[in-house]
Amino acid sequence: MTDIDDATGSLPTTDAAAAGLDAHLVVNRGAFHLDVALAAAPGDVVALLGPNGAGKTTALRALAGLTPFTGGHLRLDGVALDRTPPESRPVGVVFQDYLLFPHLSALDNIAFGPRCQGAPKAEARAQAAEWLDRMGLADHAGAKPRRLSGGQAQRVALARALATHPRLLLLDEPLAALDARTRLDVRAQLRRHLADFEAVAVLVTHDPLDAMVLADRLVVIEHGRVVQEGTPSDIARHPRTDYIAQLVGLNLYKGLAEGHTVQLDSGPAITTTEDLAGPAFVAFPPGAVTLHRDRPTGSSARNLWHCEVTGLETHGDQIRADLTGELPLAADLTTVAAAELDLHPGATVWATVKAAQTHAYPA
Amino acid sequence: MEESDGLFRKKPEGVDPVMTRSARRTRRTLQVAGAGAAALLALSACSSSDNSSAKPDSSASTGSSKKLSGTVTVFAAASLKESFTTLGREFEKAHPGTKVTFNFGGSDTLAASITGGAPADVFAAASPKTMAIVTDGNAVGTPTTFVRNQLEIATLPGNPDKISSLKDLTKSGLKVVLCDKTVPCGAAAQKALDASKLKLTPVSYEQDVKSALTKVELKEADAAVVYKTDVKSAGDKVEGVEFPESAEAVNDYPITLLKDAPNAEAAKAFIALVQSPEGQKVLTAAGFLKP
Amino acid sequence: MTELDKSGAADEILVGGDAREGRPRRRRVRADARGRAPLPLLLPALVGLAFLLLPLIALLVRAPWRSLPDQLTSPEVWQALQLSLVCATAATAVSLVLGVPLAWLLARTDFPGRGFVRALVTLPLVLPPVVGGVALLLALGRNGVVGQWLDSAFGITLPFTTAGVVVAEAFVAMPFLVISVEGTLRAADPRYEEAATTLGASRFTAFRRVTLPLIAPGIAAGSVLAWARALGEFGATITFAGNFPGRTQTMPLAVYLALQNDPAAAIALSLVLLAVSIAVLAGLRDRWMTAS
Repeated sequence: MTDIDDATGSLPTTDAAAAGLDAHLVVNRGAFHLDVALAAAPGDVVALLGPNGAGKTTALRALAGLTPFTGGHLRLDGVALDRTPPESRPVGVVFQDYLLFPHLSALDNIAFGPRCQGAPKAEARAQAAEWLDRMGLADHAGAKPRRLSGGQAQRVALARALATHPRLLLLDEPLAALDARTRLDVRAQLRRHLADFEAVAVLVTHDPLDAMVLADRLVVIEHGRVVQEGTPSDIARHPRTDYIAQLVGLNLYKGLAEGHTVQLDSGPAITTTEDLAGPAFVAFPPGAVTLHRDRPTGSSARNLWHCEVTGLETHGDQIRADLTGELPLAADLTTVAAAELDLHPGATVWATVKAAQTHAYPA
Repeated sequence: MEESDGLFRKKPEGVDPVMTRSARRTRRTLQVAGAGAAALLALSACSSSDNSSAKPDSSASTGSSKKLSGTVTVFAAASLKESFTTLGREFEKAHPGTKVTFNFGGSDTLAASITGGAPADVFAAASPKTMAIVTDGNAVGTPTTFVRNQLEIATLPGNPDKISSLKDLTKSGLKVVLCDKTVPCGAAAQKALDASKLKLTPVSYEQDVKSALTKVELKEADAAVVYKTDVKSAGDKVEGVEFPESAEAVNDYPITLLKDAPNAEAAKAFIALVQSPEGQKVLTAAGFLKP
Repeated sequence: MTELDKSGAADEILVGGDAREGRPRRRRVRADARGRAPLPLLLPALVGLAFLLLPLIALLVRAPWRSLPDQLTSPEVWQALQLSLVCATAATAVSLVLGVPLAWLLARTDFPGRGFVRALVTLPLVLPPVVGGVALLLALGRNGVVGQWLDSAFGITLPFTTAGVVVAEAFVAMPFLVISVEGTLRAADPRYEEAATTLGASRFTAFRRVTLPLIAPGIAAGSVLAWARALGEFGATITFAGNFPGRTQTMPLAVYLALQNDPAAAIALSLVLLAVSIAVLAGLRDRWMTAS
């Protein structure tokens, strides 16, 4: 708790019940409207997930005070911050391309925040050195940002944001600027640092893997609105929009359930194991789909559709086939299977999915 | 060349330079000069004679005896702008079919362009020294002094500092501007000061006489030592105070026909007009002294 | 034929460039990247260079080398030179203090009529300096719009003073600095300022500690332009501040007046001004090169 007092300084103290983030962000800018509610308890890591242009970054900027609110509210640990300028908000930001000050060394970049908060130079630098040490970058204290690797720069940026003891840490696509190999390492380190962070962290990403590995909770935003939120596993299992289904790699359909059958809004019915009534989603992974050259006879699969191949692409060590026809779907099969089936765009196939491999849930 | 030089040697320091920024004051002075010019409708046949070998052909100035035509190009010191413009108009009226074009500027600049090959018929300089630059090795005759200019003290309107002599300018607390010693009006002022054994520290040595005058017109300086013609052309923006020492530094203005004059006949007629009583009337109205 | 000759010359230049050995690696790389200059660029470039240098070369050719030592040992020359350097530097300092914030305002804020204000700022660039001098007299002179108030309230009169020289030079030189700095500011990423504010920096602190260092090269370039312009300033200075040796007579004024009756002296003075400015500018340039 001393940390909090240090960070918030003169801000009025608040009751513990209101600890954490309570925000309703409304930003109207021309044709774009953002209307997102966010709540998180201290220690939570929330990921804002969404396609490009969904408004994730705008939401982040509004939280940081860099983009003014049109409406809504922002309370952090019970203190209203809507009208507080960014320099007075207990908010730390790790920018997408880090924005490390190019004229300052790694150490001075980190010491910048404490200095602005009034720490004497020597003390600010001592704190910064501590942060560098914690990030495993003690050797790079004097290095200018352009001499740091992407991963090192990311850690300096994180340390710089954390050095101000924020009550809300914002990370904008923290791993987007890194190559695949570095990404793996940095992701793991970032996960550790976020786990240690005692206040609220909100990260923005379009990468589902980043979101699922780093966050306790996902908030999916499309067209400026929250379309779904929940734990990573919940969202991975129960996608509610095509965008999320695509992200988590599921075929997703919406229809009307009646017992073990879900009649799709357009197209065939799908037989499931769940017993539901009313509007429902049905999802199954592409790997659950079996393709046949000829109409299978005596198959136990109730779900059988005649489809046409529209595209093929390698997907890891598998082939992903995009199909249209009775039911548009994606199917994964081995290279060998693809060769045996003589799959090529335009070829017609039969697709079957076992009811046990589908998953239906109320819409 | 020795001969022509000798003519001017009596006042080698000469007068006045360059007045590039006199356009603003043109209108005022034209009114003054215009009054003098009103009587100038009929031109006399003969100019007053003098001993100059460059004396213009007297018959040339009579419109009736010889038909003049074409353009006369006159390069003249900036201080002559108002009076010469008037005279040019009169000349054109008296000689239909002629046109007088002027190039007014600092005498040094004009001399440089003439020696550099600028096509000109007549050169009227503000000092014998600059005239010598042109006539040296480019002789066409002996330049004639057609007017003289005398120094005067320009003070603020109403003469609030009660300046009545050159000595008064040395009073402390008075902001006086002089022309720089490198330009004729400055040299003349210095000569007058030396002659009366006065030591004067101005706030500025201006680059030309019009700049010095401007400082008084804008009330930035309390007084300036300039030419009579300048005081006159400034109208009521300054008040002139004559001082006897100015007699020590009078400046001669010479005029000459140039060697390669494209229109020598008409040029001679113009020079004759300048020297005629009518021409002199216009010039003295502008504050010049007769030679 | 001329074309062939020229391209031959171009080859020589390039070969010469490649043949330079022992140069720092970075320079070599940069030179290589430039590659062969195409003739339609090279020709006008060389003509342009000659056009700029020819008058200076003529000045050197016609310089009165023999009498030069005498000309230059006169105390008046050193007085004028010293005054020139002091005033140009002071005018640059004034331009920095007022011009950088002005450039920031123009580049980073949005207010109605900003384009118009920007045009106004460049006005002294197109105004004939003498007109600028007269305008300054009308504004700040003893009898000027603001000047008479300065005089009555504080007893300050600027005309005919060294401070007046600085004012006149700053008036003419500041637009160079403002335009240069504004351009750099526009090119600089404003998100660095945002990053600074999220770290607790006020907008001014962000400007001082982040933006200012980032645009330092632009400020340096603008300062050099302004300084050079101030050093050569003549019209506004002589009109506003007059001409008095040791107080307001800077080198250009001394050169102009010398030109009236002693062109040789004028050339000598010009050479001094030229040499000093080249020395200063070259010195500054080296410093940046090593700094960056």
